[in-house]
Amino acid sequence: MKILTIALNTFKEAIRDRILYLILFVSIFFIVFSRVLSMITVGDELKVIKDVGLASISIFGVFMAIIIGTNLVYKEIDKRTIYTLLSKPIHRYEFLLGKFLGLNITLLVMVVIMSVVFFGLMFLYGSKFESKFLIAILLIFMELAVITAISILFSSFTTPILSSVFTFFLYLIGHFSQNFKFFIAKTKAPIGKLLIRVLYYILPNLEKFNIKTEVVHNLPLSSNFILYSLLYGIFYVLAVLFLSALIFHKRDFI
Amino acid sequence: MNALEIKDLYKSFKVGFIPKKKEILKGISLSVKKGNIYGYLGPNGAGKTTTIKTILGLIFPDKGEIKIFGRNHLDIKAKKKIGFLPENPYFYDYLTAYEFLNFYMKLSNSHHKNNEKRINELLNLVGLKSHSNLQLRKFSRGMLQRIGIAQALISDPELVILDEPLSGLDPIGRKEIRDVILKLKEEGKTVFFSSHILQDIEMICDRVGIIIDGRIISQGELEDLISEEILYTEITVSGVPEIELKNFGETVASKGEKVLLKIYRKEKIEEIVSFIISKKGKIHSLIPRTYTLEDIFLGAVQRK
Repeated sequence: MKILTIALNTFKEAIRDRILYLILFVSIFFIVFSRVLSMITVGDELKVIKDVGLASISIFGVFMAIIIGTNLVYKEIDKRTIYTLLSKPIHRYEFLLGKFLGLNITLLVMVVIMSVVFFGLMFLYGSKFESKFLIAILLIFMELAVITAISILFSSFTTPILSSVFTFFLYLIGHFSQNFKFFIAKTKAPIGKLLIRVLYYILPNLEKFNIKTEVVHNLPLSSNFILYSLLYGIFYVLAVLFLSALIFHKRDFI
Repeated sequence: MNALEIKDLYKSFKVGFIPKKKEILKGISLSVKKGNIYGYLGPNGAGKTTTIKTILGLIFPDKGEIKIFGRNHLDIKAKKKIGFLPENPYFYDYLTAYEFLNFYMKLSNSHHKNNEKRINELLNLVGLKSHSNLQLRKFSRGMLQRIGIAQALISDPELVILDEPLSGLDPIGRKEIRDVILKLKEEGKTVFFSSHILQDIEMICDRVGIIIDGRIISQGELEDLISEEILYTEITVSGVPEIELKNFGETVASKGEKVLLKIYRKEKIEEIVSFIISKKGKIHSLIPRTYTLEDIFLGAVQRK
């Protein structure tokens, strides 16, 4: 109950923040702009709309997740609103979970708005509704949840600028971490091998949430892969939140 | 049972690029009786806010024990009995006064009955009823302080902890907050508040603790700390030349006809009064100055 109260307040704070609307506006611009791109492309016009549309939802969703994720937790500490909050009969982890939930509600609303525009555009240009696009967007949202959790982890001990940078780097690395397997095979020194292997397991593997190519180009998709990706996302989020709660639990609010 | 009991509290922080230990609290012990107003007095940087944050569990002590109504201070049941107003509070400025109080109301109690009634009661208490739909970003400093107090009282706490509640307010604002504190005492609540301003504490506190440089150097009932002994008497007279008054005491200031004198010896007071009457002069005021908290405070700071 208290977690929900904090979540709703976080949501209220996020949607009364102008920066979010700016990103939303730009993202909608890009989704619609995909139509212009499709006109100057040779080949299947609809594919360009699908491709650029999904990519816009994903990229701008990540921007939103990083910006509000790193700001809204740190702001409570920086502006000292956390003093009054934690003096109430709540546990520190309830605060953290409330923040996480609130950020995700915000992101959900944003993703829904972008998706409505995306589906509307597809509909306008003669594509019929395909549920696999919803699954692609669901996985994008799962990725956003992972990124939000990571940004909460960083902002539980560092400043918003640093945590945005860290989170963004993890986002980039997360999309390349599959290549680590290649490194493991190529590295000869056993310590190096072990180190890369550890990194491979610790770092998020965000490519698991990326089925854009498969969806757009009608490639086969296994339901096992999707299920596994969702489970992976949920466990990753739980682990990161647990770690954040541990750090938060011991922290002094000076 | 004491409302608040602190035993031998130590806290240090690591500061600087190459971490260096800095001791802030060096063995604080104090106790606050139920129903009292306790004034926590100390200069800036003495460790007042650090003590308060430790009580609230915002920071963890290196050593020491804190009990709230007999319970460990980190216990959620203990926290339920506390209301807190931080120093220079900043609040969610995108919320209206009503939304703001409603938010804390939901955090403080799990069963939501009569929320609206309680919020309106509090808005009335702090005189913000007519601003309940105004966003906090449009509030003045004094209004923020008042809504902050309303927030501290939301769960009807037994122990109210206020960090510098009177700083940065104009005289009317200070009086309003003092009245609220006194009203809380009437309702049987315990108030613990910090200040670096002596007047505030002298005016309303039952018990005082003076903290300097992380240690409590003096603690007790206000009456015990301040003796009734008259240090000197201040007298303002006019109609008599200043030179003729020299024998009675020390001239502190003179403005136009009026002269302010400080008289140390008791028998001189009667002498000067009859002297002025005989000279057809006028006595504007005659104030005996007793030993005040300020004297204790300044004495202690000087000794440091």
